[in-house]
Amino acid sequence: MDIAAAKMIGAGLAAIGVGLAALGVGNVFGSFLGSALRNPSAADGQQGRLFIGFAAAELLGLIAFVVAILILFVVKG
Amino acid sequence: MAAEAGAIDPMSQFRVNPVVGEHWAVWGHNIAFTNSAAFMVIVLGALWLFMLGGMKRQLVPGRWQAAVETMTDFVANMIESNIGEKGKRFTPYVFSLFMFILAANLIGLFPLAIIPGLHTFAVTSHITVTGVLAIMSFSIVLIVGFAKHGLHFFKLFIPHGTPALLVPLIFLIELVSFMVRPFSLGLRLFVAMTAGHILLDVFASFVIQGINSGTAIGPVVSLLSFVMIIGVSLLEILVAAIQAYVFALLTSLYLNDAINLH
Repeated sequence: MDIAAAKMIGAGLAAIGVGLAALGVGNVFGSFLGSALRNPSAADGQQGRLFIGFAAAELLGLIAFVVAILILFVVKG
Repeated sequence: MAAEAGAIDPMSQFRVNPVVGEHWAVWGHNIAFTNSAAFMVIVLGALWLFMLGGMKRQLVPGRWQAAVETMTDFVANMIESNIGEKGKRFTPYVFSLFMFILAANLIGLFPLAIIPGLHTFAVTSHITVTGVLAIMSFSIVLIVGFAKHGLHFFKLFIPHGTPALLVPLIFLIELVSFMVRPFSLGLRLFVAMTAGHILLDVFASFVIQGINSGTAIGPVVSLLSFVMIIGVSLLEILVAAIQAYVFALLTSLYLNDAINLH
């Protein structure tokens, strides 16, 4: 296979990870809302933990994005 | 820029160009005043003006002072709830960090490019900048941790009640997760800002290419892309605030580890 074409396919495959991280971030906020509506008085105290969970889930998607960018712009071939 | 070439080139907006002193050099290193440095100065100036207007210390705060006090209270509360009384010393550092990242993110989104020849530069979309911020936070955590607890700081890597058999393994895992912190801290901010700016640039190129294409469907594509730009811009303002908040929050959590161990 042509190496340039292979790079494009690889970058596209790496971008799938961003979508998976979207599932994770949605799950973090969805679960938070689900339980916050059951007990609204406890929700405000958990906002810090909400954003820690969001940051952890998001980072993994961003790493997938970095891999895609690295394949496209940095890897020679 | 991108549309004239016919192909979309979303990376050119991150290019660091010298503004003055293209040939200034110290010991063989170029020290030109770049657009990155220029926007850091602009961010600093904006923050200085913001704080100057709010430090009047009136008993009944005006609008400006109330805005500044909201920000200081926000960071002070974050430190208070995450570290406790002992963390008060670090409020100025976390506040500076939070305000600098927030201002740099928001100023980077400012649509200055409608004036020909000018282009905003998102300072935080470069890992050299976010990496230095992350290394600063990590160094403070290390210095505070070792100064306060000496070699007991290594107890951070072994949670309470770990079975003796598992201690080497847990120690290694915790050590790796600790050493990765500065990378994840810097990488998160840098990639989030870069991704947002690339997205905006791609949709902006679609608008121009749709108009230039000369087909009947071109203007429709342009209009849809323009609506997308508005949506993405709103999202980016949210992301700019969230990333600044997350950076400050994680810094205060890491400081909490160093001050209180666990």
